[in-house]
Amino acid sequence: MEKFTKLTAVAAPLPIVNCDTDKIIPARFLKTLTRTGLGKNLFDPLRYDPKTGEENPDFVLNKPAYRNAEILVAGHNFGCGSSREHAPWALLDFGIRCVISTDFADIFYNNSSKNGILLIKVTPEELEKLMDGAERGANATMTVDLENQEITNSDGEKITFEVDSFKKHCLLNGLDDIGLTLQKESSISSYEEKQRASEPWLYA
Amino acid sequence: MSGPKTLFDKIWESHLVDEQDDGTCLIYIDRQLIHEITSAQAFDGLRESGRKARRPEANLCVPDHNVPTTPGRGGTDEIEDDESRIQLEVLEKNAAEFGLPYISINDERQGIVHVIGPEQGFTQPGVTLVCGDSHTATHGAFGALAFGVGTSEVEHVLATQTLIQRPAKNMRITVNGSLPVGCTAKDLVLAIIGKIGTAGGTGHVIEYAGPAIEELSMEGRMTVCNMTIEAGARAGLVAPDEKTFEYLKGRPQCPKGAQWEMAVEQWKKLPSDAGAKYDTEVELDVSEIVPQVTWGTSPEDEIGITGIVPDPAQVADDNRRSAMERSLEYMDLKPGMKMTDIAVDKVFIGSCTNSRIEDMRAAAAIAKGRKVADSVYAMVVPGSGLVKMQAEEEGLDKIFTEAGFHWREPGCSMCLAMNGDMLLPGERSASTSNRNFEGRQGPGGQTHLVSPMMAAAAAIAGHLTDVRDLIK
Repeated sequence: MEKFTKLTAVAAPLPIVNCDTDKIIPARFLKTLTRTGLGKNLFDPLRYDPKTGEENPDFVLNKPAYRNAEILVAGHNFGCGSSREHAPWALLDFGIRCVISTDFADIFYNNSSKNGILLIKVTPEELEKLMDGAERGANATMTVDLENQEITNSDGEKITFEVDSFKKHCLLNGLDDIGLTLQKESSISSYEEKQRASEPWLYA
Repeated sequence: MSGPKTLFDKIWESHLVDEQDDGTCLIYIDRQLIHEITSAQAFDGLRESGRKARRPEANLCVPDHNVPTTPGRGGTDEIEDDESRIQLEVLEKNAAEFGLPYISINDERQGIVHVIGPEQGFTQPGVTLVCGDSHTATHGAFGALAFGVGTSEVEHVLATQTLIQRPAKNMRITVNGSLPVGCTAKDLVLAIIGKIGTAGGTGHVIEYAGPAIEELSMEGRMTVCNMTIEAGARAGLVAPDEKTFEYLKGRPQCPKGAQWEMAVEQWKKLPSDAGAKYDTEVELDVSEIVPQVTWGTSPEDEIGITGIVPDPAQVADDNRRSAMERSLEYMDLKPGMKMTDIAVDKVFIGSCTNSRIEDMRAAAAIAKGRKVADSVYAMVVPGSGLVKMQAEEEGLDKIFTEAGFHWREPGCSMCLAMNGDMLLPGERSASTSNRNFEGRQGPGGQTHLVSPMMAAAAAIAGHLTDVRDLIK
């Protein structure tokens, strides 16, 4: 997993509430066997006309100012719905490394942090300010500093944020969860030994 | 933790392998269901790092999302769509390479992961069960802590049989009253989602309790738990009781003989203790509800079938109003329209929400002796080969086909439209599935979520209709 430390980039505003994972990447693109290549279909239903397949010029990521956005400022409950990790894969493949919203769906939150995407939860008032900041386009960038847990809005205003300390540690160092867990192999084995005795049918 | 505990607390504590100072926990995962859409990259990850599956027998692999449901579909090698066929072949190959149990599409046990887990007795009370699918919440109907995970977590479970988690908050939803005629578990859960909203359960595990939940069959409880994710909670739970044990007894993967007795004794200790504390409590009475239907593009956009399309102009909250406006534009509906005036093009009866034998029976009871409207294409997709066989033994397939419904092979089908069963742009469905998101059943398709009875009624009427008018 790629490290996330400090990012200064264009932020795109996406003020849709309850943006579900079917909107982020529709099911028909889940026939892939890899984690890459999904960026072209990120937000497919919003980005392209369903009948003609042409780009929708009104969609934020199709506007010249936002084509290189690496931060997304999104409406409440972003990433609800399906557990598909293809959603963070598609964001990452497009180039998005950070999403800011007032709330995220649980599974999407976990999936994103395992792919080096930082999700930041802010208050509704802060989101409004950041949404305004993002609307200023390519000439105005935001900075997200994970170490200091601080966002610098395009007008220079600083907003601090909370982050799970373990997830922060993994993101800052680009750590692989499985490797960390396997360091606890002996705890897992002793758990299994105990469970095998008390619930033998689970080992039949 | 001492004092009275909830069902969730008990399962959580009994699966705790390790807890770090910062509160991050390592919990043991007893069971994993694996399908073709969210697993290939996980197996690749194992291969790249030279890791094995820690306990192959703790997994069960079956293709479901991407399988054709056409009658006489044949084997994997006969799937026409290259990407779909390859995805199934890869699952089969991965299962063989890592030594995991695998059910092929030719096997009579094949079906939707969340239908076959319980059928095979793979799902049991008190276990932790995961799957790379958000509707894993379904298995909570048995008092199992079951939740959806992403592909990285699928790989994590394969390699370590554990997951890194933080404990969820406890929410209890007490459902009072008795469901009226014409209303089912689906109507009950849609009413709950309408009440608490699609993010109402975020960060929680929801325990469903109260007389209306106790009265539900296991199938009904599965329908309720299945839709828990649509309220934002990863897992739903129902306390195991005699109905649970009766459903499970004799299932292939359930304990037998003395071990069965031992298991039941342990399972009986699972229900929440009297006086257990919940972070959030919700209560509702379902004795007065009417059959539910959605009008928008989020499962929380629900209303009784006797209602009208709501007017965003009357909503004060800016976010909510703009979401409603967007929904109505996408759904091509005008405020004030009667729900029963909305014509449908397709009807889908199936999905992990509503494809079990009870759902088939409920829909068939409405279809019996009636005809699907000329303007409607209606399909019934049983949740598994075993459901299909049972339905055929009961003659339900004949009732459906005589009424003009198409009787299909098992799979996820038009719930998420991966396998070719889909809506075309501008087509409208009445669907027993779980999500009415934009494009969920096909780009530009418009979905109204309903119960199996309501779906059958819509197929016959050609428009959304109150099924109670068809129940004598």
